[in-house]
Amino acid sequence: MAHAAHDTHGHDAHNHAPGFVARWFFSTNHKDIGTLYIIFAVVAAFVGIGLSMLMRLELQAPGMQFFADGQMWNVAVTAHGVVMVFYVVMPALIGGFGNWFVPIMIGAPDMAFPRLNNISFWLIVPAFLLTVASLFVGGAGTGWTLYPPLSDIQYQGGAGVDMALFGLHLAGASSILGAANFITTIFNMRAPGMTLHKMPLFVWAMLVTAFLLLLSVPVLGGAITMLITDRNFGTAFFKPEGGGDPVLFQHLFWFFGHPEVYIMILPAFGIVSHVLSTFSRKPIFGYLGMAYAMVAIGVVGFVVWAHHMFTSGISVDTRAYFMAATMIIAVPTGIKIFSWIATMWGGSISFKTPMLFAIGFVFLFTVGGVTGVKLANAGVTQILHNTYYVVAHFHYVLSLGAVFGIYAGFYYWIGKMSGYQYPERWGQIHFWLTFVGVNITFFPMHFLGAQGMPRRYADYPDAFTGWNMVASAGAYISGLSFLVFVYTVYLTFARKQKAEANPWGEGATTLEWQVSSPPPFHTFDELPRIR
Amino acid sequence: MASLDTTTADVTLDPSEPPPPNRHPYHLVDPSPWPLTASFSAGALLLGIVLFAHYNIHWVLGVGFLGVIASMYFWWRDVVREAKTPGLHTPIVRIGLRYGMALFIASEVMFFVAFFWAFFHFALYPEHVSGAEVATWPPKGIHTFDPFGLPFLNTMILLLSGCTVTWAHHALVEGDRKGMIQGLLLTVLLGLFFTFLQAVEYAEAPFPFSGGGIYPSTFFLATGFHGFHVIVGTIFLAVCLFRGLRGDFTPRKHFGFEAAAWYWHFVDVVWLFLFVVVYLWGAGEIAQH
Repeated sequence: MAHAAHDTHGHDAHNHAPGFVARWFFSTNHKDIGTLYIIFAVVAAFVGIGLSMLMRLELQAPGMQFFADGQMWNVAVTAHGVVMVFYVVMPALIGGFGNWFVPIMIGAPDMAFPRLNNISFWLIVPAFLLTVASLFVGGAGTGWTLYPPLSDIQYQGGAGVDMALFGLHLAGASSILGAANFITTIFNMRAPGMTLHKMPLFVWAMLVTAFLLLLSVPVLGGAITMLITDRNFGTAFFKPEGGGDPVLFQHLFWFFGHPEVYIMILPAFGIVSHVLSTFSRKPIFGYLGMAYAMVAIGVVGFVVWAHHMFTSGISVDTRAYFMAATMIIAVPTGIKIFSWIATMWGGSISFKTPMLFAIGFVFLFTVGGVTGVKLANAGVTQILHNTYYVVAHFHYVLSLGAVFGIYAGFYYWIGKMSGYQYPERWGQIHFWLTFVGVNITFFPMHFLGAQGMPRRYADYPDAFTGWNMVASAGAYISGLSFLVFVYTVYLTFARKQKAEANPWGEGATTLEWQVSSPPPFHTFDELPRIR
Repeated sequence: MASLDTTTADVTLDPSEPPPPNRHPYHLVDPSPWPLTASFSAGALLLGIVLFAHYNIHWVLGVGFLGVIASMYFWWRDVVREAKTPGLHTPIVRIGLRYGMALFIASEVMFFVAFFWAFFHFALYPEHVSGAEVATWPPKGIHTFDPFGLPFLNTMILLLSGCTVTWAHHALVEGDRKGMIQGLLLTVLLGLFFTFLQAVEYAEAPFPFSGGGIYPSTFFLATGFHGFHVIVGTIFLAVCLFRGLRGDFTPRKHFGFEAAAWYWHFVDVVWLFLFVVVYLWGAGEIAQH
């Protein structure tokens, strides 16, 4: 702090970072804030993964093992979902990699609103604390979807639900401010020559993501505000006894919730495009198609929300529309999958760790996408809704899709961010452990769901024992793989192998590979000119 | 795809303004403690609401509220200081501020979408009202306000305030300081008058907020959040009035004023929708005083 005062002044002292407190707590630097986000996501991942380990321990065998009752189970399921979505995946992909690389890739010296950037980070800290604290005052046993009547005061009277809801409010405010910041940065701060159609695909992905956040999160804010007033202040939006309608909450929630799943996957799309192109030593196949496929996914993603409500009593016509609209999303998604394959086709491929995760992403996301098309059928969903088939589906696109995107980005950029290259051998071990672990965990859930095992129960009939044992074994492997990841990160910083400015060779063409590793405190004192 | 060229970029700058301190036209903000204090104050504020509702503990709410207010004050004080420091808010930075404000308003629109959605869910489809014997909106037994009483007066007040704020803006652009002060002062007074009349209306409401069922729920949260935004907009305009009196604005550089005017127009438009949809189209049997 002693140095902070003189270092923060004087605009000519650009590449001198301020003192510790000013640098890490009062930061206005996109790279430092990105680093804070990544550290936060790793810390939150310990909580999220810890909860999933508890859940798989419970489900390893029929009967109640570790959990006292169904409410405690529901609290664990809810906390796992909320922590993973809002405090792991989004901070890592958007706050972490987005902050680090969007300004660099467009040749901007920082984000448009550096102070706002910092509040976006710091808001998720009290948000996370509220969510974790709610576990100790009864928790929120509502599922991450927070549906009333289960979330109403007469079923969950404790403070836990309200604390979790207010945590979401803070996380939502963080997302909205961050989204406005990204959009402004991308529209207003591109270096001379960096036209929209020359912009790297990761930046396109972040642009679409930011619009989804900006327009969907406030609706969630409205919905949980109504839920809070229903719970505490005597309104009746979702209470049948006051004339309200619980289905209204489902509409409002999923109007946010469906764009939210694209918010989690689009940045991963962007990362995977860069990684596949880099390690195939080829430009991305169909660049414009790839960019506009993401725009199409973002737009159509706003008008498909009720496919989450096929069994909630909505009319046949409504279901027919939402079924058709949902399937249309498979078209731009298919464009992306095929373009990724075409990017690799005939390329000079090197199977470095980021590439392994990217290829794993393409494969596993395709599996999750295919089951998604199946679930989009309103008729089929009558059978599969709220079974483990759905759990398998969304973990294939998120736990195996978004998380593989995070890992691909981490190994791709850790040398750039820290200046130290990761140990390749340990990266590969981490990949294979993760890949095997998550597949053993989630593939059997398709079978369990097709056989009719419902989700959100701590116990199950003996007939489901076999595949549950397998899934739990897979989960332990996945849990171990996360520890291997942490060890790999430790090794990266302990052995201090210097990363070059561009360790990946001619396949890496975006601007971040033209600055040093790590980049100077302020990346571009002079704006680069893009040809 | 992209390659780096170290020659200085030709960034067009307004020749009448001083050059920025950097070799690029963007504003790199100094480290600031306010995001941190604002975040944890906001956390305390929301935790305080929970503690108040469940445990009847008040002080956390108060501390959080004061922290949020103080953080906002100091944060915006810094922004105003930067705006007055030559070379920081360059033309391109001011474009960025415009983007930021427009996007913030867009997110606010989506916040109101949630409450209008709730209203239409029941008003367009009265069969969604649980337990109603006849599917009507407003539900049977609900008496509503006469739309051409206070609500219409409020509509006229807000429309007039939209005119006065435009008057102030034109005066500011013309360099007519007196006109700007008069226009802004009138706008602020009209905003206060609107809030006062809304309070009168709430006091006379023929239905209770708490436990009144679905109609008061949609009515009070939609109009209540609008009212809150009117108060915020009034404060924003009052700050601009203060800054105008202090001489912060010039005919060419006054984005703070413009942002306040945009926000005020947004609040105005939301009210027009509320008036037409909730008060007028959604009117039932008129309550008699």
